[in-house]
Amino acid sequence: MNNAMRERYSLAQVCWLISLSLYLSGCSDIGEDVVPKEGVIYCSEGNPLTFNPQLDTSGTTSDASAHQIYDRLINFDPLSGLIVPGLASSWLVSDDGLTYTFQLRRGVRFHDTPYFTPTRTFNADDVLFSINRWRLPEHPFHNVSGGEYPYFSSLGLRDVIVDVKRINGYRIELILKQPDSSFLANLATDFAVLLSAEYAQSLGPEEKEKLDRYPIGTGPFKFHKYRKDRFIRYAKHNDYWQHDLAPEKLIYDITPSSSQRLAKLMTGECDAIAFPAHSELDTIRERADLRLDEKPGLNVGFWAFNTSKPPFNNPKVRRALAMAIDKNTLIEAVYFGSAVNARGLLPESSWAYQADLNDINYNPVLARQLLNESGIKEGFTMNIWAMPVQRAYNPDARKMAELMQNYLSQVGITVNIVSYEWTAFRERLKQGLHDSVLIGWSADNGDPDNFYRPLLTCSAIDSGTNRAMWCSEQYDSFIDQALKYTETSQRNQYYRMANQLIAEQVPLVPIAHAYRYRAHRKELQGLIINPFGAIRFGDVQKQ
Amino acid sequence: MMLAHVIRKLNLLILTTLVLSVLSFSLVYLFPGDPLVNLTGLKSISQQEYAEVAAMHGFDKSYLHQYWYYLKGLLVGDWGQGFSSEIPLWDEISQTMPASIELSAYALFLSVLIGVPLGFVAGFQHNKPTDYGLLTASVIGYSMPIFWLSLILILVFSLQLGWLPLSGRISLLFEIPHKTGFVFVDIFLSDLDYKSAAAKSAFQHLIMPTASLTIVTASIVFRLTRRSLIDVMSSNYIQAAYTRGLSDFQVVMRHGVRNALLPIIPLFGMQFAVLLTNAMIVEVIFSWPGIGNWLIQAIYQRDYPAIRAGVLAVSMLVIILTVATELLAKLINPTQRGNAYAES
Repeated sequence: MNNAMRERYSLAQVCWLISLSLYLSGCSDIGEDVVPKEGVIYCSEGNPLTFNPQLDTSGTTSDASAHQIYDRLINFDPLSGLIVPGLASSWLVSDDGLTYTFQLRRGVRFHDTPYFTPTRTFNADDVLFSINRWRLPEHPFHNVSGGEYPYFSSLGLRDVIVDVKRINGYRIELILKQPDSSFLANLATDFAVLLSAEYAQSLGPEEKEKLDRYPIGTGPFKFHKYRKDRFIRYAKHNDYWQHDLAPEKLIYDITPSSSQRLAKLMTGECDAIAFPAHSELDTIRERADLRLDEKPGLNVGFWAFNTSKPPFNNPKVRRALAMAIDKNTLIEAVYFGSAVNARGLLPESSWAYQADLNDINYNPVLARQLLNESGIKEGFTMNIWAMPVQRAYNPDARKMAELMQNYLSQVGITVNIVSYEWTAFRERLKQGLHDSVLIGWSADNGDPDNFYRPLLTCSAIDSGTNRAMWCSEQYDSFIDQALKYTETSQRNQYYRMANQLIAEQVPLVPIAHAYRYRAHRKELQGLIINPFGAIRFGDVQKQ
Repeated sequence: MMLAHVIRKLNLLILTTLVLSVLSFSLVYLFPGDPLVNLTGLKSISQQEYAEVAAMHGFDKSYLHQYWYYLKGLLVGDWGQGFSSEIPLWDEISQTMPASIELSAYALFLSVLIGVPLGFVAGFQHNKPTDYGLLTASVIGYSMPIFWLSLILILVFSLQLGWLPLSGRISLLFEIPHKTGFVFVDIFLSDLDYKSAAAKSAFQHLIMPTASLTIVTASIVFRLTRRSLIDVMSSNYIQAAYTRGLSDFQVVMRHGVRNALLPIIPLFGMQFAVLLTNAMIVEVIFSWPGIGNWLIQAIYQRDYPAIRAGVLAVSMLVIILTVATELLAKLINPTQRGNAYAES
């Protein structure tokens, strides 16, 4: 869920920045004649934890495997956000919303590698194996590689699915406990990958972990070699079911420093880079040989009040505080304009986005009046917790907190800024020790439930994602009701009511939806930002 | 007589290595955490496995036993494994060490090739404009921080001119099978059909790191040579040679060069230690996959087994090279053979 990297400002990096700022354009490409054109090099930001995205939710892990090595039953179309067929060629949902039937594609070949040679094509057994591995604790592979399936357990999917049935070799049926209209979206996420059951069976009892270290899938690339801190090599999967367009080689050059990634992009040592820093965006835009793609991301940065603590349990106080800050200035100063003002939890790219939602406007005079009415006196002291790491939804929480400190002092409130090391920070937030916090959320799929449920429902207080510690039975019932309908217009009604409630109660102040960026060289075609998760290189071509 | 020297030096080498191994063994206990984990790098093992591993490393016996097992392990290449990579450390070191040696060797070779002749020119032209000019240049080269120099090279040749790549040893598109660890040798030994392109890429990657190291090291070599020649040229036998009517060229070639070089060859060996330190910085800046880069990553990640093994490997390399150059110096300098002990 947290797919941005912590930035380390080392001496070398500062020097890089200096050197880049001195940089003048007018460069020729290095060694164009010697570098084979059939390979694509991507400068990624870190080491993947594993090559099986079922086991980890970090963006680095899914970037390295989700769409390169594996396929899913169904996918999100990165442009329209609609669910499109993957290894399931079609599917059917029963009228009661409890039975999902998937018709599987025939003749899909798994990777043929030095460590495994498949003897059969993809079929229902592979689907059963992949789903049961995380679903059933007694499954022989459940406890392999740690036995934690964070995405599925955070959504409680294990309890949602009652049974997975094999109807025949190319047809399976999933039975749910209750209707869940976000279910398909969950199956289309990066994490719901399909593994090879045959490969798993070929592994001896001592080498089961190879399943996740030396992956076998059906995706456009097969795994070749990985060296930590150095590179990941992939080779083209020649029997890829969808097309034959993938480049011969794909290499991830692991480069943690963002300024060094940019430098490598400039010299042509990388064809594409991960997470260009906001301060470097203009440098990329100015160069004719580079391309910068941007797209509103599926994320939201917000300021959450600890509603379990007085005086923040009073909605009037929360509204007053929300009025006291000028969001537009914050966005300009912290995101360098690379974000849009958030009026609700959902970004514009979501189908449930409510365009007519009212925003709380900057109004320090009214804020002061409301504070007076609620008995908050001049000189009231509160703290704002600023997260210590950089995230796409908030690249500099500390700076934002400092700006807010200034705004709040104008309405007579003294602000202390608090920060801890990231793990301790989250631990203490979960305990509810904060008055208010600047944090945010990056969604894993396009479904609105992925925003509304983890951020504000009562049960999310325990799982540690409800930073406002806000619990409203009414809100919970809206969110649960919405899942009972598959028709988007019906679901939308409930989300509108939920939005209304959030707007009245102000448990948190949405600040911004940050853009997602990807920079690449102009020769690289077909690299599309996938707002619903990890990067895809299968359709990329180098000219 | 010479044999005795060789034996004495080898003794010294073995003793120093033993002392180093004791030091590195004590790190196992000095680093925070479980000594057995620090030694083997095995973090997630079951209780039963733990007991087995402990017995295998003599952890049920005295420190002396443990050290003995440790030493045996070192000799057979069982150096434990790193926390983060979980690959045997010996493999990592044997992959990264050649890259560092390669870089340092080219730099040292170039430094001697440039520094020595220039040193002779300056020494011979002592107190003349050429001498002052070269001396000034060497002071600049000597006093430039190497990381700054490297960044300036990158700024100019990679980012501005776009001539040279700025990271790594070879473009990742080429996959050279690891045989010796020396990239040109490996390219030559491989059966790839793009050998020349790969060699070109490797050469391009080598230029800037070598240049930054060479500029600094050549300045030192230059200063040593110059000083030595000045001393030699003021000695009696040189004056005598002049009085016999030999020309400048004859004097320098017959009497100057050899006599000036003899005392400084061991000093070149000492420079190798400085060179290796500089190489580590250069490796980090150019993402050169050498031992320095690897060791610094290990320090960042508090990978104790890797730090221990890396430090041991680097210090052993320095000692072996130092002893080797001293032996070499003895071999070509008969006057020093009289010294009975190592403190030449």
